[in-house]
Amino acid sequence: MIELKNIHRDFLVGEQKVHALDNINLSIEAGEYISIMGPSGSGKSTLLNLIGLLDSATAGSYFLNRQDVTSLPDVQRAATRSKTIGFIFQAFHLIPRLTAAENIELPLILAGTEPVQRRPLVDKAVAAMNLADRAHHTPDQLSGGQRQRVAIARATIMQPKLLLADEPTGNLDQKSGQEVINIIEQLNQQGITVIVVTHDSTIGQRATRQIQMVDGRIKSDQCSAPTGVN
Amino acid sequence: MATSLTDMVRFSWTALTGYPARTILMLTAMAIGVASVIMLTALGEGARRYVTAEFSSLGTNLVIVFPGYSETSGLNPIAMVGTTPRDLTLEDAQALTQNSNIRRIAPINIGSVAASFQGRSREVPILGGNADLLEIRHWQIAQGQFLPASDLDRALPVCVIGRKIRDELFAAQPALGQWIRLGDRRFRVIGIMGSEGRSIGVDVQDTIIIPVASAQQLFNTPSLFRILVEVNTRSAIESVKQAIIELLKERHQGKRDVTVITQDAVLLTFDRILGALTYAIGGIAAISLAVAGILIMNVMLIAVSQRTAEIGLLKALGAAQRQIVSLILFEAMMLSAFGAVIGLLLGELGCFAIRQAFPNLPAYAPIWAVLTAIAVSLLAGFIFSLLPARQAARLDPVLALRGK
Repeated sequence: MIELKNIHRDFLVGEQKVHALDNINLSIEAGEYISIMGPSGSGKSTLLNLIGLLDSATAGSYFLNRQDVTSLPDVQRAATRSKTIGFIFQAFHLIPRLTAAENIELPLILAGTEPVQRRPLVDKAVAAMNLADRAHHTPDQLSGGQRQRVAIARATIMQPKLLLADEPTGNLDQKSGQEVINIIEQLNQQGITVIVVTHDSTIGQRATRQIQMVDGRIKSDQCSAPTGVN
Repeated sequence: MATSLTDMVRFSWTALTGYPARTILMLTAMAIGVASVIMLTALGEGARRYVTAEFSSLGTNLVIVFPGYSETSGLNPIAMVGTTPRDLTLEDAQALTQNSNIRRIAPINIGSVAASFQGRSREVPILGGNADLLEIRHWQIAQGQFLPASDLDRALPVCVIGRKIRDELFAAQPALGQWIRLGDRRFRVIGIMGSEGRSIGVDVQDTIIIPVASAQQLFNTPSLFRILVEVNTRSAIESVKQAIIELLKERHQGKRDVTVITQDAVLLTFDRILGALTYAIGGIAAISLAVAGILIMNVMLIAVSQRTAEIGLLKALGAAQRQIVSLILFEAMMLSAFGAVIGLLLGELGCFAIRQAFPNLPAYAPIWAVLTAIAVSLLAGFIFSLLPARQAARLDPVLALRGK
């Protein structure tokens, strides 16, 4: 599903060139459950953003579903993000003035889906995330776990093939984090490719494929059998 | 990949209500701009209509003849004051009545003398006229009668006085039938002017009207100040004007020494001047709309930086750059439209207040000004939010999501 070849990503910090990604080669099959771990500044978030088409490589090529997306024009990048990729962020990134249901509806609105078609999809997503009694609350009235569930509902409302989560449990307590991880794993079992960036090794080790990054390079990339333990 | 209009409206609405302070600020700026355009053009237009109405009250189908002629084209204000190279006489006026297109004439003489009655005395403007003057100027008599119809050269010792003169000379006493002294002559009061007598240049309430021949004797001059000529039909005005010029030229040894103006020409000139004035103040007011537009730009730039994370999110959720542009533009346009509507209401309210305060001034904003104000405010909202919108669209989503 994902093919990264000789990917470089350089940033200019002042006068200094920083290699956030340094010659990354990575191949990901559909349906995989991958965690990317590493210390801060190791380039794991940059890699995730690049896979999510939020960022572009300085050099190298990126194939998504056998299509070269390395240098797509903006409109197609946006369309690909809309249809194929769902994002979950550490800070949730819910729009504070919209209700939970409205936040979940947002990708459908941006894609121009008719209101009649949106309603059942939103209702279904709300129910699936166990948010029925919270649907018309604004984010500040929700707990952290509920907020992240709203964000997951929003990320999956377009039925993407790829779910990218950047520290999804970073702002959550143990119990809520566990809950969120369970939901993400359920989504993976339904066939969605999941990539989770985390520095929490207990969460990282639950993935079937674990990638360790250091200094913009992949240090290790190992598959482990699904453990099935909590 | 196009968000529907209703969704745009809803999303923009939540954005506008979500940040009430900046929304109110921008609405106020836009509303003030639109309201000032509407009120200022209403004032200009009101002044134009007021002056036009005043001139119409001079009479209808009016041609004015006065002595003196200068070789300038168009209406020269100095020519109206006029120097007198050759007298315009009662005989000249009499000769005009031969023209079948002329309905009435009123030769006029003016001056000022001391008027006295039983020890009360004051300097009074005197208007020498005839019976037809009443009809030509559309004046009304409050009491008694106007000057009697008689030959123009009969110097009858009668006068019609304005209400203010009556109050000052007679106080509470009845004035009709009384004899007053004007200069070294005595005149009997036969009428008092009605309140409807005010028109440009002359306050008839503060004037004494006597027969023109009497005025000539009083001021010891054979010359006239003006001859007012009322023409039968509007279409005859131009030919009568030429006929008068020819006739008086003939009577004055072939020399053209009178100026003949038509009321239309005067009206048209004032209409043009005041019309231009209205455009000018409307234009000045439109500057406040541009200022409002610049404020919109500033506030939208702030809004974009306040909502950086949100814009980053929209991008992550699949919004293309042009979608971001249209969202921001739409939001600004909605603000401008609301501001324009509020300004329209405020402006009309202001016009209403002006009309209440100055009942004589028909302060109604012309429809072109209202439409232009609204169009300019929308345009300003659009143009000045292009820059913030483009800036928002170009945000790097990765940095934007981090709120940078």
